[in-house]
Amino acid sequence: MSSSASGSLALSPLPAGRAAPGGGGGERADRAVGARRYGVRTIALGYLALLLLAPVAMIFYRTFEHGLTPVLNAIGEPNAQHAFWLSLEIVAISVPLNTIFGIGMALLLERGRFKGKALLGLLIDLPFAISPVVIGLALVLAYGKTGWLGDWLAENGIQVIFSVPGMVLATAIVSLPFVARETIPVLRELGTDAEQAASTLGASGWQTFWRITLPGIRWGVVYGVVLTTARALGEFGAVSIVSGRIEGETQTLPLFVQARFENFDATGAYTAAVVLALLAFATLVLMNLLTRRTRADTAV
Amino acid sequence: MGAGGASVLGKGLLGIYLSVLVLLPVAALLAKSGTGGTSQFWREISSPEAVAAIKLTLVVSAIVVAINAVFGTIIAWVLVRDEFPGKKVVNALIDLPFALPTIVAGVVLLALYGKGSPVGIDVAFTRVAIALALLFVTLPFVVRSVQPVLHELDVSMEEAAESLGAGPLTVLRRIVLPSLTPAIISGVALSFARAVGEFGSLVLITGNLPFKTEVGSVYVFGQIQNENLPAAAAVSVVLLAAALVVLAALTLLSRWRSKHVL
Amino acid sequence: MLSITPMKKVAMTKRTLVALVSICAVALALSACGSSGSGGSSGSLTLVAYSTPQPAFEKLIPAFQATAEGKGVSFKQSYGPSGEQSRAVSNGLHADVVDFSLEPDVERLVKAGLVSSDWNQNTTHGFVTNSVAVIIVRKGNPKHIKDWSDLIKPGVQVVTPNPFTSGGARWNVMAAYGAQLKEGKTPAQGQEYLKSMFGNVVSQDSSARNALQTFVSGRGDALIDYENEAITDQKKGQPIEYVIPKNTILIQNPVAVVGKGSASATAQKFVDYLVSPAGQAIWAAEGYRPVISGVSGAHFPAPAGLFTIDTLGGWKKVTDEFFAPETGIVTKIEESQGVSTAK
Repeated sequence: MSSSASGSLALSPLPAGRAAPGGGGGERADRAVGARRYGVRTIALGYLALLLLAPVAMIFYRTFEHGLTPVLNAIGEPNAQHAFWLSLEIVAISVPLNTIFGIGMALLLERGRFKGKALLGLLIDLPFAISPVVIGLALVLAYGKTGWLGDWLAENGIQVIFSVPGMVLATAIVSLPFVARETIPVLRELGTDAEQAASTLGASGWQTFWRITLPGIRWGVVYGVVLTTARALGEFGAVSIVSGRIEGETQTLPLFVQARFENFDATGAYTAAVVLALLAFATLVLMNLLTRRTRADTAV
Repeated sequence: MGAGGASVLGKGLLGIYLSVLVLLPVAALLAKSGTGGTSQFWREISSPEAVAAIKLTLVVSAIVVAINAVFGTIIAWVLVRDEFPGKKVVNALIDLPFALPTIVAGVVLLALYGKGSPVGIDVAFTRVAIALALLFVTLPFVVRSVQPVLHELDVSMEEAAESLGAGPLTVLRRIVLPSLTPAIISGVALSFARAVGEFGSLVLITGNLPFKTEVGSVYVFGQIQNENLPAAAAVSVVLLAAALVVLAALTLLSRWRSKHVL
Repeated sequence: MLSITPMKKVAMTKRTLVALVSICAVALALSACGSSGSGGSSGSLTLVAYSTPQPAFEKLIPAFQATAEGKGVSFKQSYGPSGEQSRAVSNGLHADVVDFSLEPDVERLVKAGLVSSDWNQNTTHGFVTNSVAVIIVRKGNPKHIKDWSDLIKPGVQVVTPNPFTSGGARWNVMAAYGAQLKEGKTPAQGQEYLKSMFGNVVSQDSSARNALQTFVSGRGDALIDYENEAITDQKKGQPIEYVIPKNTILIQNPVAVVGKGSASATAQKFVDYLVSPAGQAIWAAEGYRPVISGVSGAHFPAPAGLFTIDTLGGWKKVTDEFFAPETGIVTKIEESQGVSTAK
């Protein structure tokens, strides 16, 4: 197409901006490039419109289809409100735990010296590879009444499965890897120079961590926290198995969506879905703001 | 030293956390799948319904990640190399399937691609529906994997090739793709692991017809309800193994490639 | 963030970290204590039921709370597929009253020691509602489906829940099978019928509710379901009709008190209310056939060939014969389906 044109213009200046490759001098070449660029853009945006934008539009359309009043009623419904707060409560417990764990694991894997690092990395990544349904099953097998720890838990009056702690556990498992995964590369890039300098100057381990390491990795950690929160808020499969679905008690917002949908309460289901979608959007915004910050901080 | 004591305590706490969350449940799962020995395990996973579910899961997931590899790369390309109004919004939206609860995705996909669909498509309760749901939930992985690599890519190599007479396809094939391949592979691995385990978005749209539209995760769910826990655990282990094998293989492959490609 | 003097800051941040971890641990522990202690008070009942009667309980519970026995009693409710709920209770889900789709789901709890073995030694034999299996069709009945025989016609698409996760589906299957026997066919022919019928099944959702959802979303020509579901959904404005086949099964749903704690006295009062004339009248208004006689407002057509599960040998025999994991008749039919349609 444009090869002959660019061949004869070997010393032409670089095309402005980051155009698709194959750009060179010559009008025919530019038009070909332009056409190709539009073609690729159309393919990409068309695919995204079909797959992404249509569902998003659908949620909002279906929610407000019958006006604002049904939506406001649905929001005010006690079970809906409880589901919302329960979801937030579960997130408020599991995310900090996973954050502390994630930073600790990252430190261990990047700064520690021991065999079996690969295995540890695999264990942390394991929740990625397990279906949520399987996680729910595994929890029941480990902590349920007939599970491994069932008797011990019963003796001590602790109820894990079919109760909020089980749901927290399920949520923590599915959102486990993110902080660790996002912190490790940042930790690696940070390097140990500053830390070593600090310790030769007499700083203790804690001081080094708080004053040198943590500020250096903070954007990686924050990004990981945002990912963890998003995953935790949206969890459905594992929680659905360990929940017991007691309305107003062990029903998270995603479970509420399912229950309302099954009862033909489309407005209730879609309203809750919109709330979750808005929370998802807020997470998206944070994720994208932070991606830029992370890159800025680690760019050398 | 205080730090030493704290670090032992810290490691201990980390170990307990990891055990409670991952080690214990997974061990219980493996143990359950092994009750009755290998013969029972084999029997559970070779029952016709289990085989059909596993096969369907693996085949549809493979197709979906192949589509993702192509379209994900194209989308990443457009987001990095192209400029158009609203690009920032589109870029942010890529992460939506990750942040949105799977059940919400399921409800919406049913409304969109089932009967009464405003777009006139009715594929709910078919294998196409499974593929659509999986394409939705795995969208971000390849895109987000490729984007940073593409961003860092040195354009001068491509331009040098062009100035030496290479056509755009050649440049793509010989210069760009080899640099992107490790990232694409990494994204594909994550997509596959996610697709194999997906449940929430499928539970409403697929009709769960055994042998026709029942995927592995739904089969496991059904076996749990049927109190056939060894069967559920056995198929779970197979699904987990499939995801792990692909994850490990592709991770190794991408690491090997990034070492051998300049 | 780094404006305080170094030493103070280190001590403070170390303490902050310990505090953070402790808070999380305490929060976790508190939520554990909170939930495990929730079932003790007699002023609160936990109802675990199958998904279908949820709209009915929305009326029954306030009505009970308006009576002398029900005053001040608060309710927690959980709804889901009958088998799933039953399994959950036997695995530790707290419940004071259970209302399930079929007897075996209560028998499971008797075996687990949660329900006393004389739970059905009463005037209603442990049942709280009756219904019949019907065939739900599209409004206008475009395919003119009138009876079980129409379901095996070529081109007719049937929806029924998965018999291995849904109690409702087992009623459906036995209704269809029993009707064949009532028509004079042999058991072998009955099984042939089931095979043909399953050949026409296009969706097997995990619960009766989900199957209904699927049907209403546009899938299939006929949905096998309970009469009370059909009535409820017609009331909700869904574009459906239903057909009561001449020969069909009487669906009997059990209710039972769980446990022997302080709540069980209140739970028994609730169960008594549910089978009282006042309670049964509310059930009838929701489309459930009463289990006692003389209930006002209960006008249900009586199918000519009504039979019960006992006619077919009782649930124990039926479960073994038809639904056993590897040897069941229906199990084998499902599997044989796979062989013939596998690609």
